[in-house]
Amino acid sequence: MVSDRIFGLVVTLAALAYVVSATQIQTSFMADPVGPKTFPILVGCVAILCGVIVMIRPDPDPDWPAMRTFASLAVAVAVLVAYAYALKPMGFLIPTAIAASVLSYQIEPRPKNAVLAGFGLSIGLFLIFKFALGLGLVAFPKGLIG
Amino acid sequence: MDLLSNLALGFGIALSPFTLMLAVFGCFIGTIIGALPGLGPSNGVAILIPLTFSMGLDATSALVLMTAVYYGAMYGGRISSILLNIPGDEPALMTTLDGYPMAKAGKAADALVISGVASFTGAFLATIGLMLLAPLLAGVAFLFGPAEYFALYLLAFATLGGMASNNQAKAAIASCIGLGIAMIGVDNNSGLPRLTGGNLHLYDGVDFLVAIVGLFAISEVFFFIESHGKNTSIGVKLDKVRVPWAALWETKWTQLRASLVGFVAGVLPGAGASLGSFLAYMSEKSIAGEEGKFGTGVPKGVAAPEAGNNAAAGGALVPMLTLGVPGSGTTAVLLALLMTLNITPGPTLFAERPEVVWGLIASLLIANVVLLLMNVPMVKIFVHILSVPAWVLLPGVTMISFVGIYSLSGSYFDLLLMVGFGALGYVLRKLDVPTVPIILGILLGGHMEDALRRAMVLSSGDWTYLFSSNIAIGLWVIAVAGFVAPMFLRGVLKKPQRVTD
Repeated sequence: MVSDRIFGLVVTLAALAYVVSATQIQTSFMADPVGPKTFPILVGCVAILCGVIVMIRPDPDPDWPAMRTFASLAVAVAVLVAYAYALKPMGFLIPTAIAASVLSYQIEPRPKNAVLAGFGLSIGLFLIFKFALGLGLVAFPKGLIG
Repeated sequence: MDLLSNLALGFGIALSPFTLMLAVFGCFIGTIIGALPGLGPSNGVAILIPLTFSMGLDATSALVLMTAVYYGAMYGGRISSILLNIPGDEPALMTTLDGYPMAKAGKAADALVISGVASFTGAFLATIGLMLLAPLLAGVAFLFGPAEYFALYLLAFATLGGMASNNQAKAAIASCIGLGIAMIGVDNNSGLPRLTGGNLHLYDGVDFLVAIVGLFAISEVFFFIESHGKNTSIGVKLDKVRVPWAALWETKWTQLRASLVGFVAGVLPGAGASLGSFLAYMSEKSIAGEEGKFGTGVPKGVAAPEAGNNAAAGGALVPMLTLGVPGSGTTAVLLALLMTLNITPGPTLFAERPEVVWGLIASLLIANVVLLLMNVPMVKIFVHILSVPAWVLLPGVTMISFVGIYSLSGSYFDLLLMVGFGALGYVLRKLDVPTVPIILGILLGGHMEDALRRAMVLSSGDWTYLFSSNIAIGLWVIAVAGFVAPMFLRGVLKKPQRVTD
């Protein structure tokens, strides 16, 4: 109940913001009868309506995980975001090994297995991508090789 | 005779050694992907699209490879359904109802062979149906103007939201999220940026592949973290595989009927494979009656949903190829593949690029035979795949997704967006909001707005033009009915619960 009411509220507010920003879209002199604003505003209005409906008639709450699981999920998201930033400057092997190890540990908390999985995946996938598929991946940061 | 010469053209393309090799390779990879618990046809195909793209294959080869993977994943999905009671995706749920009880009763091998043959029957008949029906529908589609297309897109969202979800409002929200995201970027008509918030990375819009991989693959990783891999229970042992001729013969009518039901369900835009396997299972259950003992592990209960599921997958290709409207999550992913390859589905595809259409159809037939040959004798090899632990598999899937998306644009922004979609997908799936309409919205949003705007240009702003032809009115009526009717039929169409140990 509570989850859906919050969800409905978030959808309504986000859709409202969307509609407001859609009214700010610049129109050009070669306007067609509909213009670039109408469709986004239409979509936003439907979303507002549905958001309100969900708020009024919520479904039963899902089983949300315990706080500790949320912490693991947050760690996973943080690691993936860091990985996204690191992939280009740091090369493939080191960030992949670290990110894969952490993810593996979050799924099953056994450190030795997690580290093995991380390094194995990093090296194995690099070989597949580089030599079987011919993708232009960089193994190490450029500074290291010189 | 047109049909035969077209088929000859198709086989001429599909039977070249290189294409044939791609088909066999695709079938093999596809079956593995389908068999891996937690990876279904949609997310499996989704993470492979960017990689195929960066391999630099030409359009037909890439299409053959990916459809082989798609069909293979449909076959492979039944392995984890039957042995582990974990459906790879929504349509495979029905197979667990009788497949898992059969496996627990020591008849795992029989269930696998029966479902394999039923998959073959369903997919084979559906491909024949596709060959006959698609050119006809392509002829009708020539009559479609922008007003009709707008109504058709609406129909796809309405039926998908109405039939494939439990809450219409939430399905509509999902569609709006997708459509809203599709609006981001430079407007085609005026050339001015829209809703980008001044972010230069968003001027090109949000790549649908980023959204698909995020919503399907990355969110799956979060679900595994939540369950700590506990879902990957140790399944049932498989003993010697023998072909159960008697049971196969006994299910022949079931397979044929289920294929027909599945195909029809698949052809409806928006309905798709889930509905196909569901209707096939339920209709066979009511034909068999109480003595049929459906749900306790009977061969018919395995054959019906598999034939229905695979027939629906073939049937869903009809509206996808002729009208550009996918019927399910997996066909939405295939549409994404076509769009990545710069192939625009629609009636003109049949007239202008027959080699693509008929090459695809011929390779579907070939892939199907290859899969039957691969899946019945070699099923034991694929069963070993199931023992890959989640703590290796899911990080692997994540890394492959990252490299795939990274190879598309080489920008960290797309990767961040993908992680964002993954987190969004996790929350939405928790709240029972379907994610397929989001994908559909991102894929079709641009076309839908374009249709509306062109319709209004033609009528110089007169809104009644949208209802000006019989086809358009018919589509609007079906759209409204498809969205509203399931609210009242919910009691009748109640989905069976999963088998629990």
